[in-house]
Amino acid sequence: MSPLADLQHGFVRALLDPDEPPPPGLAAGAAPGAERRFAVYRNNVAVGLVNALRAAYPAVERIVGEAFFAAAARAYSGTHFPARPVLIDYGEAFPEFLETFPPARRHRYLADVARLERARLAAYHAADRPPLPPARLAEVAPDALAGLVLVLHPSARVLRSRFPVLTVWSMNAGILDPAPVDFGRAEDVLVFRPDWEVEVRLLSPGAAVFVEALGRGCRLGEAAARAGGEPGFDLGAVLADCLSAGLFCDLNLGEEEEDR
Amino acid sequence: MSNITRSMSGLALAGAVAAAVGAAALPGTGQAQETAKEKCFGVALKGQNDCAAGPGTTCQGTSRVDYQGNSWKYVAKGTCMTMELPGGRHGSLMALKRDLPKA
Repeated sequence: MSPLADLQHGFVRALLDPDEPPPPGLAAGAAPGAERRFAVYRNNVAVGLVNALRAAYPAVERIVGEAFFAAAARAYSGTHFPARPVLIDYGEAFPEFLETFPPARRHRYLADVARLERARLAAYHAADRPPLPPARLAEVAPDALAGLVLVLHPSARVLRSRFPVLTVWSMNAGILDPAPVDFGRAEDVLVFRPDWEVEVRLLSPGAAVFVEALGRGCRLGEAAARAGGEPGFDLGAVLADCLSAGLFCDLNLGEEEEDR
Repeated sequence: MSNITRSMSGLALAGAVAAAVGAAALPGTGQAQETAKEKCFGVALKGQNDCAAGPGTTCQGTSRVDYQGNSWKYVAKGTCMTMELPGGRHGSLMALKRDLPKA
């Protein structure tokens, strides 16, 4: 390793581990000395990471309170360092961390609320695509429908929770007034950004299976068959909702097109 | 392709798609009405300004006073300038100098 790379690695190591001494070779002019100055720098990095989590997970913070959140965020940022220079991506593993963070055990739904916030953030920064005009679906020949591939908008994310995650999030994002919640109710949520604003929608029974299957590239016939096994699934209603919401951005007939 | 898949390829699928296309084309449910939006400054209640860009950005829910002149919200296109707000305020397509939080 070159001397510069050596120096940089030592610097980062000392920055992220408060038990490490400051890297050798630091020069400080007037008092305070290099050690004190380095501690200020180290603290700024720690506070910056906690604040990044706070900006990404405001509803989680609202649920557990500032002090709890700050403690959880410090525990996370002490072991999870930014993998990329894009701060927006920082905290991707925070939902999984919350699942295993012992003090959060009482709030089992918390990890899913964090997943919903992460999905909103990802949807916000996903690529723009204009929606598929419903007329293009109407033009597909009936016998080609089963083999049709419907392309989801790049922002689309499905979250399946065994908790009422959308209700809890909405109450802590200033959208719904807080009220008693039945934590035994599961909610499937669709997050996407058809336009400029991120939307979150409650999915009807089976719709999550359908949209997830399409997201994996399943053909319409197969996705419908998979979701058809879910009680209460209504293909026509779900398709209409997806179309009018702008969830699809393209369609293609796959290989079957070449057979004709 | 499995048999169950083939069974969906018939009339049921065609019927569902036809119904869906019909419903999506009804006025008020299509996306055409919703796409036209504009950034409107000075109309959001505090903390309710739009943008969910997250850490490293400076915009989400950061307005500290009601109708803050330099924070914006998406509104239906053409409605921003004509929106009536308390105290004779109006929305603007550009940032305003009124209702700025005290430093």
